[in-house]
Amino acid sequence: MEVSRHWRLQEQRYKLVGETCDNCGVKLFPPRDVCLECAAPAKELYTFTGLGEVYSYTTIYDAPAGFEQQAPYSVALVKLEEGPIVTAQLTDMDEDEMYIGMPVEMVTRKLRTDGDEGMIVYGYKFRPVQFEMAVK
Amino acid sequence: MTNVSIIGIGCTAVNEHWDTSIRHLAWYAIEAALDDADISKVDALYVGNMLAGQLSQQNHLGALVADFAGLRGIEAVTVEAADASGGVALRQAVLAVQSGLVETALVVGVEKMTDQTGSPITAALATGLDADYEAMHGLTAAGAGALLMRRYMHEYGVSVSDFAGFSVNAHANGADNPLAMFRNRLKAEAFAKASPIATPVSLFDAAPAGDGAAAVIVVNSEKAMDMSPQPIRILGSALATDTLALHDRKNPLWLGAAERSAQKAMAMAGVTPDDVDLFELHDAFTVLAALSLEAAGFAAPGAGWQLARDGQIGRDGRIPISTFGGLKARGNPGGATGVYQIVEVARQLRGQAEACQVPDAKIGMVQNLGGAGATAVTHILGV
Ligand SMILES: [Zn+2]
Repeated sequence: MEVSRHWRLQEQRYKLVGETCDNCGVKLFPPRDVCLECAAPAKELYTFTGLGEVYSYTTIYDAPAGFEQQAPYSVALVKLEEGPIVTAQLTDMDEDEMYIGMPVEMVTRKLRTDGDEGMIVYGYKFRPVQFEMAVK
Repeated sequence: MTNVSIIGIGCTAVNEHWDTSIRHLAWYAIEAALDDADISKVDALYVGNMLAGQLSQQNHLGALVADFAGLRGIEAVTVEAADASGGVALRQAVLAVQSGLVETALVVGVEKMTDQTGSPITAALATGLDADYEAMHGLTAAGAGALLMRRYMHEYGVSVSDFAGFSVNAHANGADNPLAMFRNRLKAEAFAKASPIATPVSLFDAAPAGDGAAAVIVVNSEKAMDMSPQPIRILGSALATDTLALHDRKNPLWLGAAERSAQKAMAMAGVTPDDVDLFELHDAFTVLAALSLEAAGFAAPGAGWQLARDGQIGRDGRIPISTFGGLKARGNPGGATGVYQIVEVARQLRGQAEACQVPDAKIGMVQNLGGAGATAVTHILGV
């Protein structure tokens, strides 16, 4: 599959690097260069803390090609503490533990594998906030 | 009001047409529409399609379909806007005829799902989402519907079974439509127990993907009076977009593009929701039916589901929807869906809807969504 395509997103996939808008101050993830709020240029990089809460979630049984072996798996909208919402899988928890408002934190995990010998794509997922992290 | 009218309509049944290729599907719908209009030539062809490049390794449908339909040489192009492709193709035809540069425009929506089976179809349908930031994380079209449904249930305090009325209504109407993919009636009790696709969206909540083609022919309204005994006027036409990804919307439960396109189309037609006799909306998932009713002004935010509960969406209700089964029971042939919706409303306004007829239908509204509402195209039809 497309190596360069995943390589150029590594700052986002591994570190949640987004942007700040100089004009209105809003934080943006994913980065988009033109501010979602005020349409001013937004090119200053900002690394998100990776802390947030579940805004909505679903467990997917009818998986697309490339995800069949993971199914069922859960995908959420996670509202980051800086404001933006990000689409990502939930991990290290069962579906019956999930709830809207659940505090979660970013971890790096395997997103998908392309075939038995294909490239493995890594990136962000979210797990329940660990106690040690929460009090730090 | 536009100066464009529909003079011909046609469509195939929506089904798993294993023995029919994409070019044949398109031709069957075109042949029916040409027969209906009693003409043999058109000046331009707009093909609405979402998935042929991925599922049939066939792009360039404009030239292919024009050639195969005996229209070789005319202006022809494919229009793609995910599952709004069909409605957007009609929008392009309206612009062309309204401009005066094209006299007779043919629109065909066509989708061939069953050149593949299973997970490749699910992956292809997910290309209407953001590839880098949604689909790469395993989100699917049904998953996006599910994220909306779960949040809707949370914010408005409703349960899965509160959405059952949408699917029950769609199947009841589909049972009366010989061209529908599903003609079985659905019991509300079975709805909440159906097997999950993407929780809380189940098999009885999501519209089935199917093969199909539908076609309409449009000309200038004055010309239409001479050409057709029952021309259908396109009173309003508008397209709007929203952020591609759900996560970029300030309030994901408000379909901003659906609202804007509905408002513009209604203003152009000089009508309000009170004037609309039926509404073919994009019920790919029940929550989209609820959100579309809210965005178009038929219900307050959070109250769309109550129209289903209160029996207001049936053929004799306040605002009939999915009158031939909708996406849920007629089936969802991707980029063809928006043209099916137009064909169905034209049949209603002509009084040719047979068992699916809405009594005294004079003004019909059609709204076709792409992805999770990132594209919305609305047409208002009248006699
Ligand atoms: Zn800004």
